Amino acid sequence: MRTPIFTAALAVLGFALPVQAASDTDLAQIRTQLKQMQETYEQRIAALEERLLEAEKSANRVESAAQRPAASDTAPVATATARSANAFNPAIYAVLQGAYSWQSQNPDHYVINGFVPSGDLFPGKRGFSLAESELGFSATVFDKLYANLILALAPDNEVEVEEAYAVFMGLAGGVTPKFGRFLSSVGYLNDQHQHSWDFYDAPLPYQAFFGGQFRSDGMQLKWVAPSDTFIELGAEVGDGASFPGNDRRNSNGIGSFALYAHLGGDVGVSHSWRAGASYLGLKPKDREYLQIDNSGLDSLLGFSGRSQLAIADFVWKYAPNGNPQETHFKLQGEYFWRKESGDLTYDLDGALALTSSGNYSSRQRGWYLQGVYQFMPQWRVGLRYDQLNPGRVDYESNAIFLDSSGFAPKRYAAMIDYTMSEYGRFRLQFQQAKVRPEIDDNQVFLQYILTMGAHGAHKY
Amino acid sequence: MKKLRLLQALGTLLLAVVAMPALAILNIFATVPEWGALAEELGGDQVKVYTATTALQDPHRIEARPSLVARARGADLLISTGAELEVGWLPLVQQQSGNPRIQAGEPGSFEAAQYVVVLEKPTRLDRADGDVHPAGNPHIQTDARNIARVAAPLAQRLSELDPANATYYRQRYASFAARWRAALAHWEQRAAPLRGVPIVVHHKAFPYLEAWLGLKQIATLEPKPGAEPTAAHLTAVLASLRQQPAKMVIRAPYQSDRASHWIAERAGINAVVLPFTVGGNENVKDLFALFDDTLQRLLRAAQ
Repeated sequence: MRTPIFTAALAVLGFALPVQAASDTDLAQIRTQLKQMQETYEQRIAALEERLLEAEKSANRVESAAQRPAASDTAPVATATARSANAFNPAIYAVLQGAYSWQSQNPDHYVINGFVPSGDLFPGKRGFSLAESELGFSATVFDKLYANLILALAPDNEVEVEEAYAVFMGLAGGVTPKFGRFLSSVGYLNDQHQHSWDFYDAPLPYQAFFGGQFRSDGMQLKWVAPSDTFIELGAEVGDGASFPGNDRRNSNGIGSFALYAHLGGDVGVSHSWRAGASYLGLKPKDREYLQIDNSGLDSLLGFSGRSQLAIADFVWKYAPNGNPQETHFKLQGEYFWRKESGDLTYDLDGALALTSSGNYSSRQRGWYLQGVYQFMPQWRVGLRYDQLNPGRVDYESNAIFLDSSGFAPKRYAAMIDYTMSEYGRFRLQFQQAKVRPEIDDNQVFLQYILTMGAHGAHKY
Repeated sequence: MKKLRLLQALGTLLLAVVAMPALAILNIFATVPEWGALAEELGGDQVKVYTATTALQDPHRIEARPSLVARARGADLLISTGAELEVGWLPLVQQQSGNPRIQAGEPGSFEAAQYVVVLEKPTRLDRADGDVHPAGNPHIQTDARNIARVAAPLAQRLSELDPANATYYRQRYASFAARWRAALAHWEQRAAPLRGVPIVVHHKAFPYLEAWLGLKQIATLEPKPGAEPTAAHLTAVLASLRQQPAKMVIRAPYQSDRASHWIAERAGINAVVLPFTVGGNENVKDLFALFDDTLQRLLRAAQ
């Protein structure tokens, strides 16, 4: 397009020039000059066009970079001006939780009979109370490295670092390394935050075997197989300070070790599932707890040895046509096995007057099954049954002081919740806990969960 | 010796596996059917497209299912709408997949909304206003012109990721663009009677369609974006329709029909389910059919 116009313009110019002295050589000269001029202009125009294109491209880049959410789970809601000092602020969210609870038994005396106390405080105090509030910060630290800090603010004004980890996103070949403090990915419910649970409290096996949830300070490596069926393998090493481990090891070595495999997929468009198997091994040292001995006295017990857990988990979800908006159903269950073996020190009332050490071993189990059904938009109902099996506890030489009961703790729970939006939920839960022999603990919880700020997507 | 030979054999096997000619097929993970269909138009038999959602699913409300993570793991190119349409699940899928190619900012991550003018960017961000998208309304595919705007950079991206087939993609794009231009002229001509027609929408999912065809949205059934229609709000909408009648109430296939039918019956207007994306009804097998069918339904309801 350009060339003909240009030539024409030059031709007009050329004709307008005085032509009286136009010899053949002159003409040839003029022609070459014209040609040169034409070439120069062409080059200049091409250069200009190139610059224009570059400028447009970089403008687009800036624009698209601005549109791209900061590689976090959710983009921060407030748009920062590019030049201000807080432009690199992390995405922040807070979860507020609280409850009104009515309990027929005094929660101060809550124990799970026959199971080593895990330090879990549930079911919480009677009447109005705050539950754990959660404060989360997340941002990209470096290319591919994304960091997350989640603080748990306990109702008694204590702050706990719930999670503080960095994760490499899309490093290579389906491998995702993570390090710091994090909720372990063993089982199904373990790495989900409390606010995304479908019931007010954790199922019994989680309370008895993990004291709620198992977290570790350490490293995790996950690998997703390159197949159409979801296959994920994971391994973790950690300090093993979280129950059933403890932080008295004073060792340079590894305190906990976990391995797991998850499989998952869809069946048609309406069904999806995930199943998994996990192993967790720990080495608690002088893990102390109080237990009432055979003469009815409080005694202090210390366990050192190996604690090993195996978990089988599954979840199945159904939504008509894969659209959960109107109705959906979720069924999940997990089965726990725990084996502990080592030495147990029996110390009557901590007075050191009567101490006795002996071998100890236990094999205990627990499981739960729960179903949650959304029967109309925003409203869900759920049922849960959880149970522990006391299994076999062998006190060997300490058997004269201590006894293992054959009592199997269990609970029945029913809940209904109303979800305002993904940022707000109210729940009413009825529960009967038979965790102590011949005592029925009837409990009612009215709970709220509110999220502020940039909260990321929930896990499957 | 024996050990050495075994090692050698293993090494050769490993080499054979590693050096296997990389399959030339480009694996594409499309979040929504419209981009899956577009990728097929442009990529032909050189691409294998997996579409993460169907027309019967609300792309806002998808879970990061294991199957999605597995599919994302092997993808060479992720095509999403962006503008935070998939914010509730896609970042998790990207992270869990461990696939470096499709992370945000990589050439293998393509966001369609970056190439069109996004409408309805909120001036005020407050969750009191419902499910607002800070980046603007993400339902860009209902304006046929946007498909063309996305097609050009997408074809470009395919060529960048698979340079060996660049000529093939260019040719397919040229053919698609020409057919689309012709179809667009035809659609715009057909849609002339729709200009200024007042409509009610279930969710604010159609601003691009309205802007393109000149439809006039006078009410929404959701009191706030993403919130369920309430009886009080529907009553108010009905009262306003008595003052200012609409021709029809439209919704996407994944939205419940209850509110639409309630209004349609009482206001004496048509309830129309637009296909919204490819696969939205049994006639809509590709992008051309998507707009043929959309126009046909709108024109029938506007009579």
